[in-house]
Amino acid sequence: MRDLSVSRSTPASTLAMAALGAALLVMFAAPWWAGRAELRLFGEIFLYMSLATLWNFLAGYAGLVSVGQQAYVGLGGYMFFAATMFWGLNPLLALPVAALIGAAISAPVAALIFRLRGAYFAIGTWVVAEVFLLTFAQVTSLGGGSGTSLPVGVVKGLSESRDGREALIYWLALGIAVLVVGAVFAFLRSRRGVALTAIRDNELAAKSLGIDIWWTKFTVYVVTAGLTTLVGGLIFLQKLRISPDAAFSVNDWTAVVIFIVVIGGIGTLEGPILGTLVYFALRETLADYGTIYLIALGVVAIAVMLFAPKGLWGLIRGHRGTELFPLSRRVRGLTEKGQ
Amino acid sequence: MAILELSGVRKAFGAITVADDQSWSLEEGEALGVIGPNGAGKTTMFNLVTGTLPVDGGTIRLSGEDITQWPAARRCRAGLARSFQVPQPFGGMTIFENAFVAATQGAGLGVDEAEALCLDVLDRTGLLRKANTMAGGLTLLERKRLELARAMCARPRVLLLDEIAGGLTEHECKSLIETINRLRATGISIVWIEHVVHALLAVVDRLIVIDFGRKIAEGEPRAIMDSREVREIYLGIEADA
Repeated sequence: MRDLSVSRSTPASTLAMAALGAALLVMFAAPWWAGRAELRLFGEIFLYMSLATLWNFLAGYAGLVSVGQQAYVGLGGYMFFAATMFWGLNPLLALPVAALIGAAISAPVAALIFRLRGAYFAIGTWVVAEVFLLTFAQVTSLGGGSGTSLPVGVVKGLSESRDGREALIYWLALGIAVLVVGAVFAFLRSRRGVALTAIRDNELAAKSLGIDIWWTKFTVYVVTAGLTTLVGGLIFLQKLRISPDAAFSVNDWTAVVIFIVVIGGIGTLEGPILGTLVYFALRETLADYGTIYLIALGVVAIAVMLFAPKGLWGLIRGHRGTELFPLSRRVRGLTEKGQ
Repeated sequence: MAILELSGVRKAFGAITVADDQSWSLEEGEALGVIGPNGAGKTTMFNLVTGTLPVDGGTIRLSGEDITQWPAARRCRAGLARSFQVPQPFGGMTIFENAFVAATQGAGLGVDEAEALCLDVLDRTGLLRKANTMAGGLTLLERKRLELARAMCARPRVLLLDEIAGGLTEHECKSLIETINRLRATGISIVWIEHVVHALLAVVDRLIVIDFGRKIAEGEPRAIMDSREVREIYLGIEADA
């Protein structure tokens, strides 16, 4: 037989990874070259990029279309507040603690809502988020229905100066985005990732080829919930204030995120990242026009659904399966042209 | 001992019985052919055996072990792989990756071993030069071939083939028969549902005939084909097709 080998990187992906590395370096240095407002914007972009990547992991790969991920964003915010205010944890420690609590709580939730299918599952996740909202609205020590602010002491514990705090929060957002995208990337590259990608494409064939669908989805749900909780903790550290309505907002933490993923391209790692950039480009250029901004978002969403149902990245990816993250396996050494 | 054994397997969708007290067995290393008119319940029987459809009653045994309540994934890992009559490719993955899923998940191989197996199987099934093509863009024939390749990569002890010869040219059909006979030589037991009878007869040791969800005949292939009962049904298929 001919001399064949299997490789995962392509010239495109090698170039893309180098570009990504350079971009990360530039963004890491942002506190030195960007103003306070830009820094906040960049931080927000990274947080939304994380949420979009996670929602895509859940819906685009595992087929778990959740409209209740705000449950974990809000839980993360509240757990972060509780950990710093009541348990006296350092904010930097409180974030991973919140993430672990989120993952732990998501396990029984998954066991419950996995009994539902399709649209019922989506509605079930929303109901869970509402239950979380109503529960936290009952906790008077966290401000009940009107919410509470992060004590000055906790904020100062992060850094004495305001610039120092802003920079640190920004780096945390950047770090979490790298962690989230990196974790999803690592998962997809692993054996479990092969199984998950198969589930994305065809569940019937996947289970007939030995893949335990329930268990794979369960893992994805719990990992996603834990990381979403982490993002939520940081979101409310940045906001310094939390209330049930803000913490469990379906619009802010799920609707916008779904928009980003659908625009960018569901079921690919690149899609949500591209979608986040497109969303923020639209928002920053059109937000001053009020209602027109919302109409523009709607038009973009409809246009993408009609002309690029697999999202903008789906359009670029095409039949050749171009990718920036080296995930797929290509056979090298075939005599055919093109490889 | 039989490697696969069905006894009294029943399945009904409402008033329609699709598997009616089916009992048959497959010996180790044997190739069993299954024929019957369209809608007779042949594919349903595969769905019951592989676990994508739960039985209403009866038992299914693999190497003597009762697998009737096992989920489909576990049955595959235990050595039961199938090809789908209506191809079910992983459309967003390449042909090679489709095979790789079977080799890592179904056969449980490590990466290096899995890669070697996939390349070998793709070579034997004539798909190697298309290894990097996305499975979503294949022709029906290529998809059918991929079904066979993927099932082979799961390294089954029992291989269930569902109409993989339909639409092949004479030459392709011959090479398919060769591939399957080589598989048999490695000790794999095969159940093959097929309308292309001459291909089936070139491979199988025994034939069963299914109609209305029931096994109506069983025995030596030529004798079965020549039996009056089967000829009537079989000619019926010919007329339909």
